[in-house]
Amino acid sequence: MKENDIRFLKLLILVNGLVPLALLVWDQSHQQLGANPQNFLILTTGMMTLIFLVLTMAVTPLRKITGWNWLLQFRRLLGLYAFFYGCLHFLCFFSLDRGFSVSSTLTEMVKRKYLIVGSIALLVMLPLAITSTNAMIKRLGGKRWRALHRLAYVAAIAGVIHYYMQAKADVRQPRVFAAVLAILLGYRLVVYLRQTKPAKPATTEAKPG
Amino acid sequence: MKEPDKISDSEVTPPAVYFNRRNFIRTGILAASAAATGMAYRKLNPVGKGAVKTAKLAGVIAAPAATNAATGFRVDEPATSFDAITHYNNFYEFSTDKEGVASAAQGFDTTGWQVSVEGLVNRPKVFKLDDLLKISPPEERIYRMRCVEGWSMVIPWAGFSLSKLLDVVEPTSEAKYVAFETLLDPKRMPGQRSEVLNWPYVEGLRLDEAMHPLTLLASGIYGRALPPQDGAPIRLVTPWKYGFKGIKSIVKIKLVADQPRTSWSEYAPNEYGFYANVNPQVDHPRWSQATEQRIGAAGRRPTLMFNGYEEQVGHLYAGLDLRKNF
Repeated sequence: MKENDIRFLKLLILVNGLVPLALLVWDQSHQQLGANPQNFLILTTGMMTLIFLVLTMAVTPLRKITGWNWLLQFRRLLGLYAFFYGCLHFLCFFSLDRGFSVSSTLTEMVKRKYLIVGSIALLVMLPLAITSTNAMIKRLGGKRWRALHRLAYVAAIAGVIHYYMQAKADVRQPRVFAAVLAILLGYRLVVYLRQTKPAKPATTEAKPG
Repeated sequence: MKEPDKISDSEVTPPAVYFNRRNFIRTGILAASAAATGMAYRKLNPVGKGAVKTAKLAGVIAAPAATNAATGFRVDEPATSFDAITHYNNFYEFSTDKEGVASAAQGFDTTGWQVSVEGLVNRPKVFKLDDLLKISPPEERIYRMRCVEGWSMVIPWAGFSLSKLLDVVEPTSEAKYVAFETLLDPKRMPGQRSEVLNWPYVEGLRLDEAMHPLTLLASGIYGRALPPQDGAPIRLVTPWKYGFKGIKSIVKIKLVADQPRTSWSEYAPNEYGFYANVNPQVDHPRWSQATEQRIGAAGRRPTLMFNGYEEQVGHLYAGLDLRKNF
């Protein structure tokens, strides 16, 4: 892929990632977010976070299966979108649900397990977003940077668990996210196990008599 | 082998035109993809609701403004809009999506509806809906409704006290509880095809709770017959309890001696109890019950003990440990 095409595809992701936010703002200003707009805003921004986390996680398996190495170029943008919607999700909770009260947000977070899990997901994404620039990759060095960015797995897993835990009874959607994530992580595990499978030592082989 | 046709220089697109065309196409792709994303979003999050219109109920006795506050029959708070009451429903028989119940329940047919009142009573009877509604004229009751999920509404119901029906069938002295059951018909209630809950939905009250004047057998809201999404044609309303106690589309009422099983407490006994009285001091294991989101209002407000009906119903629970009996 040409550099120019890559840049266009990045723009495509950038614009499309903003569409849900634009529609949220539009619907909010037209008072058509439904009977419980606060809840809808919190839920939808959370959903967008999960979608972008899953998309980020899908890049490497897709790249390896298709051989399209240029896919890697979109991972940062997808990951940053996950962080962006995650921040919006928290801001909606902090403002609309907790009325900007730090103390009530903290007590609620400590008391509710699913909020602790959600906070872990968001906090873990913070260092990843900070170190997402080219300069930071250089500064950390590829090896350390890659090790740090394995935290993305923690964010994705914690995010899905957070979604699962807050569901009242219908866990079909959380299950879909969990299944997709399991496939994406399972792929990595299989690749890892295959790579590290030790060669059979010759001594164990039966000797011809 | 034939040589490929030569392209003359004049046929080659000049770079300026080529790049312009490429930009043009790219702009098109950009716009088309954004539109497609937008449409996918819209499909998942539709706006614009179908208008809800049900028959006007005849002879509703409006709650007079001067209704004695001590009765609890008329809460002095702005009522939630008809639109919100009919488009934000927990009714898993149709959909687990609160905003999707209205459309999923559209066209729910209640013709020929019957309610069997049976069990430990002297005069068991299968009531035709019309006969049941004739027991007493519908009264307007403006109640708070507090959902266990942490949101609330103020709803102008139409109906009469359940005690009036129980008086007709005469519970025997062995009767201690009342068990309720919703229609079981996966064809008319598509949500019952998935096993989110153990169908049919069942609920129950202690007999003294059932006989309390606040306990309402409702057939309408805002002076109109209940729309399907709100529990047509007849439902229970117990304003001091969490909303899920208000069983909808009732087909059976049975007087029994022992505490009946109830759907949500069966589903998650540690999260939902038999009593389910609104109590800001006893949290749901996963979220606080201290505050609530009033639909149509900004911010959260403190939740009141027994949903503000402590004066009327508090005595029913004297000596009961409300932490254990949540």
